[in-house]
Amino acid sequence: MLWKTTDYTGWGRVHRAAGDLARPERAAELARLIEDSPGPAFGMRRSYNDSALNDTGRAIDMTRMTKIRAFDPETGVVEVEAGLQIGDLLRLFAPRGWIPAAMPGTGFATIGGAIAHDVHGKNHHVLGSFGQHVLSVTLLQPGGRQVVASPSRNKALFRATIGGIGQTGVIVSARLQLLRTPGPAMRVQESRIDSFDEFIARLDASSQTYTVGWIDGTARGAGLGRGILEEAELTDAAVQPARGGLPVPVDLPSFALSPPTVKLFNAAYWRKVPGRGRNSVKPIARHLFPLDKLHNWNRLYGKRGFHQFQCVVPPASVGVLREILEKIAASGLASPLSVLKRMGDGRAGMLSFPMAGYTLAIDFPARQQAETLIAELEAMTLEAGGRLYLGKDALAPGEMIKAMYPEWEAWRAEADKADPEGQLITDMVRRLALRSPR
Amino acid sequence: MTRSWIILGATSSMARAFARSVAERGDRVIVAGRDMADLKAMATDLALRGAASAEAMRFDARDPATFGPIVQKAELEPGEINVAVFVGSMPAQAEIDADPALISGVVADNFTGPVRFLAEIAPLLEARAGGTVVGVSSVAGDRGRISNYTYGAAKAGFATYLSGLRNRLTRAGAHVVTVKPGFVDTSMTWGIEGMFLVASPEKVAADILKAVEKRRNVLYTPGFWWLIMTIIKLVPERIFKKLSI
Ligand SMILES: Cc1cc2nc3c(=O)[nH]c(=O)nc-3n(C[C@H](O)[C@H](O)[C@H](O)COP(=O)(O)OP(=O)(O)OC[C@H]3O[C@@H](n4cnc5c(N)ncnc54)[C@H](O)[C@@H]3O)c2cc1C
Ligand SMILES: NC(=O)c1ccc[n+]([C@@H]2O[C@H](COP(=O)([O-])OP(=O)(O)OC[C@H]3O[C@@H](n4cnc5c(N)ncnc54)[C@H](OP(=O)(O)O)[C@@H]3O)[C@@H](O)[C@H]2O)c1
Repeated sequence: MLWKTTDYTGWGRVHRAAGDLARPERAAELARLIEDSPGPAFGMRRSYNDSALNDTGRAIDMTRMTKIRAFDPETGVVEVEAGLQIGDLLRLFAPRGWIPAAMPGTGFATIGGAIAHDVHGKNHHVLGSFGQHVLSVTLLQPGGRQVVASPSRNKALFRATIGGIGQTGVIVSARLQLLRTPGPAMRVQESRIDSFDEFIARLDASSQTYTVGWIDGTARGAGLGRGILEEAELTDAAVQPARGGLPVPVDLPSFALSPPTVKLFNAAYWRKVPGRGRNSVKPIARHLFPLDKLHNWNRLYGKRGFHQFQCVVPPASVGVLREILEKIAASGLASPLSVLKRMGDGRAGMLSFPMAGYTLAIDFPARQQAETLIAELEAMTLEAGGRLYLGKDALAPGEMIKAMYPEWEAWRAEADKADPEGQLITDMVRRLALRSPR
Repeated sequence: MTRSWIILGATSSMARAFARSVAERGDRVIVAGRDMADLKAMATDLALRGAASAEAMRFDARDPATFGPIVQKAELEPGEINVAVFVGSMPAQAEIDADPALISGVVADNFTGPVRFLAEIAPLLEARAGGTVVGVSSVAGDRGRISNYTYGAAKAGFATYLSGLRNRLTRAGAHVVTVKPGFVDTSMTWGIEGMFLVASPEKVAADILKAVEKRRNVLYTPGFWWLIMTIIKLVPERIFKKLSI
């Protein structure tokens, strides 16, 4: 059957949709679909919000479009279909000395999703965003028109496609510049951090390529902002390859991630790293995708789901970031998964998230209290001259998002041109009114 | 050791996952089927994933003229020759009931086509005194059910043939693995209602490769289907005929 009528959700499982999904297995089938019954394309739906939902409508599931079309071992240029997962690209090419130049915190994200949100990795402050390593994209637009866009050809379309949340056409394939690696492993250095100020200082001073901070969102007072700094470099040291993961078979009851449990977990996690620090060598995937070992970990939050608040603020607003963290700690609502990172200014699209500064990402179980808190944090982000991430945010009003993305209007013009009838519009685009009304 | 795989029905997602797993360990692969455009793209993909060589060839279960060239090509392949048959088709039983002319196609795709091909290539495995035939049958072949008994009958015929072929090839040192998948998340089952315990094609492919390495005779995949089918087979016919499962 071509269409499967089904219920589906974003990763956070707060937003839900019911509709018809087609899942093409080959290029000709995909082309036929876009010609006859265009709809937005989705990847692994690792976006937390409604970025990959189309309630009551049709959509194209790209996860079976996973062929590698070309690879040059001399230059590291690879051409792949958009449904291929980042983790597979890493697994296949790392042994040959090449890896994706930017990788998000999950290896399950597809190339299409990585482009459509211009994702960033732990090396963003050094190597920039995913889109900066995309040499060209091949799009199929409603009606079946095929267009190739690159930094030198159809430039505006290219900049509207990178980070363009799927609104300029279905990304069929992309040519990517991979990054040289001396081996399939990373040398990781973990340090305990006692306070927010120390964290910022250490992030600023870090000379390592892959740098990320895990932060205890429940610690208050003198311990505010304590956590663990993880710095890593690619290495040719030997390691055991990463093993397969474990499923979370059922939704956990809501007390599993209740404030007392989270506090205990965070304290224990923080103490796990000794005061003098810790060094290790890990497979790249194990270090970059720590949560992938636990498949469907989103079910840990129970049926009601969860939100991730992710903002980036410019360096001058680091004080606001501290206030944000204070508010979160005082609320007692944070979950164990909180990340603080330095960000560079690398971005490749009109709606790309990154800006030079610091980015903070924290999960909250979806409850009224948390949603009220997140609304406050969002307002603080706007005031700080910062930005919210379209791959995560599920609550901010459209006007606020538009104010954070100065190139929004130029983007909208390109999206409207590529998809004049609005056939690629998703729930998020509708909710935020990002496209022209029709 | 040099190993070559001839994969029939290679455009299936189950076959694709299997082909990739043997490609990644450096085997040689011939992917065969009807959609040459997709098969060529697949051969490129397999070569880039590590296959020592990868080629696309035409195979149509309903056109025995396409069999000979594949067998001749296999004769030129070095080392151990292995065959994996993923070919199959499953029109809805209601469609078949409305148009019994569909039956010959179902039987050709799931049974007679693959079987005739295997009969043509079996002497080569015997001559090389090794190699494995993987034949994908189905749990649907274990018992005739109202929802798909024509397909089930063809799959049962295929499984019986594989059992006999195993008996024959064992004498020459070659092996046959009969695969009986439960529900698998492929284009065949996409959008069909009433699916449960659906396995990914990658899981099934990994199970098949393990079964080949361990020289298993009959593989239920995922494994719990062995239990389910054992129970279903035990239900007396006088009760079974009233069930609609
Ligand atoms: C555990 C975890 C960690 C994460 N860490 C990071 C991180 O460190 N950095 C970061 O930037 N992000 C991170 N993310 C977010 C994630 O990388 C992005 O949401 C990414 O877009 C997910 O890819 P996907 O294939 O699941 O896309 P989906 O969520 O399925 O889709 C995302 C968007 O892309 C569009 N799209 C997808 N495929 C296509 C296509 N072929 N053509 C056109 N449009 C398409 C969809 O329409 C949708 O708008 C993380 C997510 C999780 C769950
Ligand atoms: N999915 C399940 O739940 C399930 C369960 C048990 C068993 N199986 C069996 O598993 C095998 C793979 O099926 P699938 O689920 O992956 O479905 P599929 O995608 O429909 O695959 C069927 C394959 O058979 C090929 N084929 C059909 N008729 C053919 C013919 N006349 N000549 C040559 N090739 C032909 C198809 O090629 P084209 O691309 O040219 O159509 C395709 O490659 C089949 O034998 C199926 O019966 C499936």
